[in-house]
Amino acid sequence: MVTRMKILIIEDDLEAAAYLAKAFREAGIVSDHASDGESGLFMASENSYDVLVIDRMLPRRDGLSVISELRRKGVHTPVLILSALGQVDDRVTGLRAGGDDYLPKPYAFNELLARVEVLGRRKGAPEQDMVYRVGDLELDRLSHTVRRQGRELLLQPREFRLLEYLMKNAGQVVTRTMLLENVWDYHFDPQTNVIDVHVSRLRAKIEKDFDQPLLRTVRGAGYMIKEDGRTDA
Amino acid sequence: MNRLRVLFRTTAVRLSALYLLLFALCAAFLVFYVTGMSQRLLEQQTKDAVATEVAQIEQIYSRAGVNGLLRTLERRARQPGANLYVIAGPTGEILAGNVASLQPGLLDKEGWTGESFRYQRYTDESRKEEHVALAHVLVLDNGLRILVGRDLQEPEKFKMLVRQALVVALGIMGIGALIIWFAIGRNALKRMDRMSDASTRIMAGDLSQRLPMSGSGDEFDRLSESLNAMLGRIEKLNEGLRQVSDNIAHDLKTPLTRLRNKAEAALAHKATNSGYRASLEEIIGESDQLIRTFNALLMISRVEAGAAAAEMSDVNLSQSVADCVELYEPVADEQALNLEADVPDDIHISGNRELIGQALGNLIDNAIKYADSAANPMIKVSLVRRDGAIVLSVADHGPGVPTNKRDDVVERFVRLDESRSKPGTGLGLSLVEAVMEMHQGSLELSDTVPDVENNRGLTASMVFPLRSA
Repeated sequence: MVTRMKILIIEDDLEAAAYLAKAFREAGIVSDHASDGESGLFMASENSYDVLVIDRMLPRRDGLSVISELRRKGVHTPVLILSALGQVDDRVTGLRAGGDDYLPKPYAFNELLARVEVLGRRKGAPEQDMVYRVGDLELDRLSHTVRRQGRELLLQPREFRLLEYLMKNAGQVVTRTMLLENVWDYHFDPQTNVIDVHVSRLRAKIEKDFDQPLLRTVRGAGYMIKEDGRTDA
Repeated sequence: MNRLRVLFRTTAVRLSALYLLLFALCAAFLVFYVTGMSQRLLEQQTKDAVATEVAQIEQIYSRAGVNGLLRTLERRARQPGANLYVIAGPTGEILAGNVASLQPGLLDKEGWTGESFRYQRYTDESRKEEHVALAHVLVLDNGLRILVGRDLQEPEKFKMLVRQALVVALGIMGIGALIIWFAIGRNALKRMDRMSDASTRIMAGDLSQRLPMSGSGDEFDRLSESLNAMLGRIEKLNEGLRQVSDNIAHDLKTPLTRLRNKAEAALAHKATNSGYRASLEEIIGESDQLIRTFNALLMISRVEAGAAAAEMSDVNLSQSVADCVELYEPVADEQALNLEADVPDDIHISGNRELIGQALGNLIDNAIKYADSAANPMIKVSLVRRDGAIVLSVADHGPGVPTNKRDDVVERFVRLDESRSKPGTGLGLSLVEAVMEMHQGSLELSDTVPDVENNRGLTASMVFPLRSA
């Protein structure tokens, strides 16, 4: 049984924190809040959380130092860094300090939610699985083959990786930026709807000739692969 | 007076004062040493001459007795430039000789008078003159005392002359130095004043001012030159900043206004739930565009400030280009454009993969955006080595950019399409240029097909200098 995810938000902007807590609660995630680095560090080391959402600039102890201190103490809870700084170099310093993901402000809540859920890893396939299955769709990571209803589908290498990432996080929303980051390893803004076009090509390959849709578009958020249809969002 | 004090505080004056003092001390030491030495030498000579004469006198006395001695001495005393001769009685009264008076007590002791002494001499004109001399006193067995001496006037005079010359020379040097200090110092001060006047004007906000140059190419000029170059750079940056803030004002205020209008409109109309929803979605869309513009601006300024320069590593450019082309290929395909890549294997450079990817993405995105009216629906991405550089270019067959607009389009927020009908931030090429500058390379724009009237196309080339290593 899947327990509810519990996260800690370390953010000094009280209004933003209250908004986040409310939005996460609506998404079924319980959150605690700390408003400065020191108390955040204390709470994160004393309690057990699934994900820590840490603002980069905090009073009393800055976000990066909270992360390094936690890692030094052996606390390996996944960390998502929120930052109002630039993207180019800041991401690298953030991840180097021990963060697992990075989201520049301002962000869409859907983006944050999708990332927190992926970091929490309460859904989707376990890392060690060699074969991912969603309904009648099967992806073999070793032989690099994709079958649906036993029929092999021919995918381009990039389409394979796209599907692999979607299936690894099956049942979870993945955003366009997450796809660009994880499938293409780029963190920039592609300006146009490049990802959508790739996804629709992939969708054509895995859904054409089959009745049951698998890959659905979640409005205002991204994509999700799930067994039963494209019905709701 | 105040000005003199300022003058004295100049480095040139202080240094030359120090040199002058050192030089004067050395000169004085040298002069005193040389004169002292020559005086001692002359005294020694004098002593030798006197000793010889004394020996002769003793000889004459033993041969010709008192009378003979007296005669000889009389004769010698009268010769011009003669030595000093005194014949005195046992009590010291002068009996004969060419000396009018002596320092008292001089004749009491036999032998050298020791220190030089003062005496007065008979001259032909019977004029009494004070003289300085060195002498030897001889006591005869009959109690007579004979003094033989030699005038020290000449060496003494020589010494005085040299020392006087020293004083005069030092005086002239001092005055000369003062004049030169004044001239140099005043000149330096004047130029300094002019420079600080200019800097005051610059500080007051007139960045077009430059420091004065005399044209002599001296150290002041060189200083002015480099400071002027610095001012030029500051002026350019400032100009860029002003332009950027103007553009920001325009390009950020416009979508903000639209955003506000939409929100207002949504409130004003008695809309249904779904109507509100649609308005809110539009508003989010607008704000996303704003955020996108902000991010691009921030990124450009971070890249320009060199913040990302630390994150340079080995980049497989061939791979990056292939990835990027692969990323955009479906989008081009959707618009019936043919995105082709001509990329040789294994071209590596030292750079920032993210930024190069973003820059190339911007170029391909531009090509796709502006290629819809193209005669030849092809976009070609190629990677070649060309005289010591690696050139990554994206060539389209769209309307192209007129030669005189090429400098403008890389400026922030400049879009040739005045109506802004195409989506975009107007920052794409600015970012590419900033990225290329960070890689010590450049962005070159040219025609794809130069010899046609319309739709010459645009070839945007990212030129990376080859690693020297």
